[in-house]
Amino acid sequence: MTLGIVVALAAGTYALRVAGPLSRDRLRLPERWRWSLSVASLVLLGAFVATSALYESGSFAGVARVTGVAVGGVLAWRRAPFVVVVLVAAGVTAGMRAVLSTPGM
Amino acid sequence: MLLFTIATMRLMRRTLDTVRRDSPLIVPVASMALALAVVGASLGAIAVTKGVPLWLVTLMAALVFAGGSELLAVGMATSGAAPFAVVLGGLLLNARHLPYGLALGGMLADSGPGGRLFGSHLLVDEAVAFALAESDPHRRRRAYWAAGLTLYAVWAPSVFLGGLLGDGIGDPRALGLDAALPAGLLALVLPALRDRPTLRAVALGSTVAVVLTPVLEEGLPVLCGLFGMVAALPVTTGRSGERPEAGV
Repeated sequence: MTLGIVVALAAGTYALRVAGPLSRDRLRLPERWRWSLSVASLVLLGAFVATSALYESGSFAGVARVTGVAVGGVLAWRRAPFVVVVLVAAGVTAGMRAVLSTPGM
Repeated sequence: MLLFTIATMRLMRRTLDTVRRDSPLIVPVASMALALAVVGASLGAIAVTKGVPLWLVTLMAALVFAGGSELLAVGMATSGAAPFAVVLGGLLLNARHLPYGLALGGMLADSGPGGRLFGSHLLVDEAVAFALAESDPHRRRRAYWAAGLTLYAVWAPSVFLGGLLGDGIGDPRALGLDAALPAGLLALVLPALRDRPTLRAVALGSTVAVVLTPVLEEGLPVLCGLFGMVAALPVTTGRSGERPEAGV
């Protein structure tokens, strides 16, 4: 791990982030396009949620995490407050891990 | 004296109003920040145990501010990957920030030149999700800045603290925090899915990403999820108002 890696990663990431906001002056987008870009962001967020709920660096993340996220998702769908969603998701996952790792269970 | 009291009461009432107006954001942002802080602390601890200097991982947290790619960089670099591969892997994982920036570019452009340059640095999944959960432009901008600034203020310090404590902080998995962050993001995305074309696109995109994850490099599956956009295209059959089957 070197300073060079950090600087290159930081510069590249910032370039990816700032490209959109900077091009916005020259680019007047019609409503339909703006809507599509919002949907694209939601698609990326959804795909990110799905993959980070199911996988840990390329392999299955385990039943505990998947169940926790799913329970949180159901609560959110039932319009539970945000904090409740986050706490219950963490609690279910932690609880399942504690139970599953107990010898004799 | 009376005037002073009245002025103080007015000021207090205004402050209370502001707090009340912002309060729908405070608790969600704070709980997201807390979860992120623990993840940051574990990143710091992992990095230091693997021999990365504390100042370097803290600097990375402040300059990169994208947790997934930082964890990937620490993992790859300390297991002997070539620097070029490490940077490329991290950038691949962060490529989704480009469409985020395009989607929220208009909102950031409204924040002035300085706001645009600094605001772009705060473009993380969580801040984007908080922003997209609001449809009113003013509320959207406020949600973005509240989430972005809070998370940024929390991230690098918690990486630093985690690195200081090292192994002592334990495993965030025992607290179930690896489920808390996806669940929080999901809660922010869900309301937008009441729109049918959006729901179709997100469902297809997520499926594509999940199916491709075991076979593709980290970061690519989520990008391939953009293929789900085809499901958001307007359905050309059965245009409303000219349904031949109606009334038959």
